[in-house]
This record gives sequence, structure tokens and C-alpha cells, in this order.
Amino acid sequence: MIATDIDPRSAKRVEKDQRRAESAAFNASKKRLSSKGATIAAIVIAVIWTIPTFGLFVTSFRQPADINTSGWWTFFAHPDLTISNYTNTLNFTDTITVGQSFMNSLVIVIPATLIPIAIALLAAYAFAWIDFRGKNILFIGVFSLQVVPIQVALVPLLSLFSNGLTIGGWAVFPGLNLNGLDGSFARIWLAHTMFALPLAIFLLHNFISALPNDIMEAARIDGASHGQIFFRIVLPLARPAIASFAILQFLWVWNDLLVATIFTAGGNFPITKLLTDLAGTYGQSWYLLSAGSFLAIIVPLIVFFSLQRFFVRGLLAGATKG
Amino acid sequence: MSAFFQWLATIPPLAQIPIILVAFGVVVGLILFFIELAPRSGRGYSIMRLVVAVAVPAILVLVLGVYNDAVWLVPLAAVLGAGLYLLDRRAREGKGSLLQLVGFMAPAVLLLAIGLLYPTIQTIIAAFLSNDGSKFVGFDNFAYVFAGGNGGFIALINQIVWVLITPVIATAIGLAYAVFIDKSRGEKVLKVFVFMPVAISFVGASIIFKFFYDYQQGAQIGLLNQIVVWFGGQPVNWLQTSPLNDALLIIILIWSQTGFAMVLLSAAIKGIPDEQMEAAELDGASAWERFWNVTVPGIRPTIIVTWITIAIASLKVYDIIAATTQGQNNTSVISYQMVRLFQNLPPQTGGSSAEAVLLFVLILPFLIYNANNIRKQRLGL
Repeated sequence: MIATDIDPRSAKRVEKDQRRAESAAFNASKKRLSSKGATIAAIVIAVIWTIPTFGLFVTSFRQPADINTSGWWTFFAHPDLTISNYTNTLNFTDTITVGQSFMNSLVIVIPATLIPIAIALLAAYAFAWIDFRGKNILFIGVFSLQVVPIQVALVPLLSLFSNGLTIGGWAVFPGLNLNGLDGSFARIWLAHTMFALPLAIFLLHNFISALPNDIMEAARIDGASHGQIFFRIVLPLARPAIASFAILQFLWVWNDLLVATIFTAGGNFPITKLLTDLAGTYGQSWYLLSAGSFLAIIVPLIVFFSLQRFFVRGLLAGATKG
Repeated sequence: MSAFFQWLATIPPLAQIPIILVAFGVVVGLILFFIELAPRSGRGYSIMRLVVAVAVPAILVLVLGVYNDAVWLVPLAAVLGAGLYLLDRRAREGKGSLLQLVGFMAPAVLLLAIGLLYPTIQTIIAAFLSNDGSKFVGFDNFAYVFAGGNGGFIALINQIVWVLITPVIATAIGLAYAVFIDKSRGEKVLKVFVFMPVAISFVGASIIFKFFYDYQQGAQIGLLNQIVVWFGGQPVNWLQTSPLNDALLIIILIWSQTGFAMVLLSAAIKGIPDEQMEAAELDGASAWERFWNVTVPGIRPTIIVTWITIAIASLKVYDIIAATTQGQNNTSVISYQMVRLFQNLPPQTGGSSAEAVLLFVLILPFLIYNANNIRKQRLGL
């Protein structure tokens, strides 16, 4: 009850604050003096930053024959539009088709985003609102793991998954027996989940521990248990933080190449891995690479444009990942 | 569990999503259900706590799968669980509180231990063992990595160049851009242009730039060479010209990280009190002076965080090399070498681990700095 009471009100307050900040910024812009030179410089940077992407984007809609004989900038003089690059690329087979790898990316990214969030929420709540000995040290440990390069963890983890664990001659854990099973995503789900946890716990903890103590106190006096507080108060209030992290993690997993290189094989390559292979094998087939790239880029861009607000908030709160 | 995963592998990929999510949901549901019941008093709940404390670890070991000669792990887990139950009975916050805490923390701690802690230790050990892990070889793996022809030395130098150049330039351009557009009319729109690359994968970015750098006989299709031609120069095979190719690859990372720096710094700039700016303005400080004497000191902590974050990102860069030059023409870096050695036939596990340890050593100062910071924050120093 408490939660539903507070949530919309605080959301409204945030919105109002934002609007106020925007109008303040607008007023200030009128006051600004020597902004002309700055704006021109900014526009120059913006153009430089966009041209490479734009060039490949235009290329992806040109006839394959044109792409390799003339620059994309000549397109505007002789426009000849086609979407055949995209249809051809979707069906292009390397180890699997590009379309299948796109599917694989989806199959990897959805569980690999949702599972770590749930696990991290539980831990973040404990770090924020349950007192126990050694809490600070454990938290610093988790935080430090955030910076550990995942390269350090990849090879032993793969060996753990495929060969199991032997301690001093004792065969303890037989491994997952998934070698050669092209349809299995278990290893990459697990790997992404494990690698995501330090940042997830850190981000969600920062948010959850900043929730007002009064609410928690009131709930406890009313006799609410940790389970109820977690479910009824923390979960609804933490929605913005959950959304922020979900977007970071979604983009991270979708865009990942390194983890995929180690934990996927032939049949379950995600699109980043397949594209990298294509770039190596068909380096001059730009009709293929341009369309393939934009197929891979389109999903993160949709996420980016529709949920930019949460994305920025996540970046501001987290600042490190990987 | 492996049987479940094996079965899961046989069904169509898209259908796997709901199944794994439901299975996971059931597990989390059970944990939450137990957390809810744990602190209740009464004989029945005490028995339930005991049963759960003993049975869950044992079942967990069974589900993970053990070899026949290691079944003793099952009773061991049960005994440990019973010990936990006894500890919990005497917990200061009342019965059930410790078990509750374990319920909240155990999934994350277990996964972190298996997925990050154990592998890190394992890699550090493997760096000093032979490739099959059978004997201790001292620093031989490091010697192998740096031996002539294995490219380890160039990779190390390149890695250092990456980490020195990328964060400085990305932060500088990001800061300049944030200042330029601050409070200007089209701020939001202008932000998007520089920020967009942050959402694009390194693979996508690499292909975008590979096309931009493209070199051909005759008519050019890469814009960079075309610009050279327009100015009357000869087209260059950029990515095969060392050491220029390194700089061009670094540009890809700068391109992708600048937006990140810009967003962070822009938010920090908005946090500087208006009064400070206005006071400086009244004192007759020029825009340049205001930038150095008000803006920069005001956002120094954010500048440091941005710098560190991008530095760490440039230490881990793997994708850009993999999708462009694949380490040829002296462009390799440590994190790329690490994967390359591992994928050798036969795998150079020792050398690969040695590269990973090198990377870890390079990152260590950042790790210590960050951990120190967070410790100060948490202890309220």
C-alpha cells in the first residue's frame, strides 16, 4: 500500500523537476553571450562524428556493383536505391545465416539481461538494509570484481563448464556436458549473468540504499518482514534503477563479442560474432558488411532512442562496466 | 542440471527463452517464499528451517551434478547446512534472520565465486604452469609470450599506447563538446549525434571505420582516401601502414567513448552552482578563464572517473582488433593476444593466462584506486 502511494507521486515530482530544469536552461540560453563560435564548433564535431556511420548506412542501400566502383558520396548524384542487400544478407550463410545469428542474439540477450537483475536485486537489498558482520568488506570485494578484466576469467570458466572441476585428484564436478550441442545457450547465459553481477549489485545497491529510511522504519513497525519490504516497497520504488541497469546490460550483451567468442560455437553464434567472421572472410563484400552491420546496430539504436533517459541515468550511476 | 540444459538445447532457440525464464522464476520464487517464512516462530517453522538448511545444500550439490567418487560432497553439504542452522538459532537478530540473509545473498555470492573469483585465481596459477597444467614452469610462459615472433612485446607497447591516448582525447573532446553545447538551443539534439556511438557495438563501429579507411586500386570508396585524393595526394593503405594503423584503430575507440565522456561531464557541469558562474562573469572573467577556474575545478572528480573508466575500457579492447586487422601489421594488443593464444592449436593455455595476468597487473592500480574510494565513501571518511 505504502509503495503504490509513494511511487506515482515521486515520479511526478521528478518530472516536474525536470521541466523546471529545462525551462531554466532555456532562460539561461538567452543570457549566454559568446555562444556562436561554440555552437559552430559543436556542429563541426557532430558532423565529423556522424559521417562514418552515415556513409556505411547509405552504402547499405546501394547496388552491390555500385558500392565497389564508386564512393557512397556519389550516390546523391545518381540515386539508385535497393533493399536487396538486406534480404541477401539475412539469408547469407557462413556457418549459419545472418538471420539465424540475429535470432541467436535475441535468445542470448533476454535471459542474460533478466536473470542477473533478479539475483542482483536480492543481494543489493541485503547489502543496503540488512546489517551483518563483514558487510563492508564483502561489498568492496564485489565492487572490485567489477574492474577485473573478464579476460582473466574466460578460459578457466570455459574449462569448468566443459571439463568440470578436479581438486587434488578428486573429480568433483563433471561439467555441463554441452560440448558440441549447437543449440545450447546455457554457457553464455551463465557467463553473462556472472560477469554482470558486480555492476548490477553496485548500481542497484546505490539506488536501494538511498531510499528513505522512514519508509523502511514505518514498514518494520507495521510488522513487515524483509520479504514483504523487498517485494512491496523496494521492488516498485527501484523500478527506475532496474530499467537503467536493464538497458546497460541489454546493450552490453547484445554488443558483446569477447564472451561470445569463447562461449558460443557455430550454431549459436550471435550476430556480432558472425559479423566479425564475415569481416575477416569477406572483407571487401561491402554490400554484405554494410547491411549486416546495420542489422546488428538497429536493435541497440532502437533501445537507445526509446529509452535514452534511463540509459543516461544508468551510465551516470554506474560509470564502469566490463 | 546438465540434463536440463541438454534437453533445452534440443528445442527451437526462441522457445528456450520462456522456458529458462520460467525455470529461473521458480527458483527465485522458492527463495523468496523461504525468506518470507524463515523468521516466523513456532515449532513447525523451526522444523522447516532445519529441513531447508540441511536439504537445500545437499540437493544443490546433486543438481549441479557430482561424480560417483565424490558423492561424499552431498553429506558434507548437508552437515554444513546443519551447522548454518545451529548458527542461525543463536543469531542476535532472532531465529531465521541468518537464513534469511543467506537466502538474499547466496545466489549472487555463489555465482560470483564460481564465475569470477575462482577463474581469476585459476588463471593466475595457470600462468605459471605448462600448457597441459602438469608442471610448474616459473616465468617460462611470460618468456614465451615476449619471445621474438610471438608479438608479445608489440602488443604490450600498443596496449600502453591505447591506454595513454584514448582516455585523454576522449575526455578532452567530450568535455569540450559538453561545454560548447551547454545551455545552447539545440543541446538535446546535438548530444544525440555524439552519444549515439555509445550504443553501437565495437564490431559495428569497427566495420563502419573499416569502410571509412578503405583502400582500393583506382577509384576510392573509402572517404578518408577520397579526401586525400581530393587534396591531390596518393591513397594510402591505412590499416596496413604501421604505426599509423594503431592511431587509426584508437580513433575508433575514441569515437565510441567520447559520447560517454560527454554525457557524464555534461551532467557534472549542470551541477555547478549558477552563482559561481555569474560571480566569475561579474568579475570580468573571460569564457576561457571561467572554464579553467570555475568549470574544471567544479567537475574534477567526474573528470577523473571518466578518465579511469575509459582507461579501463581501452585496456580491455578486443573487439576492435578482432573485427579489423586481427592483430596483423603490428596492431595487436594484450587482450587480443590472450584470445589468439588460447585459440591456437594446440591451445597455449599458459601463454594465454600469462597475457591475462599482464592485463590484470595493468588494471590493478585502477582497481586499488577505485576500491579505496568506495571504502572511504562507505566508512564516511
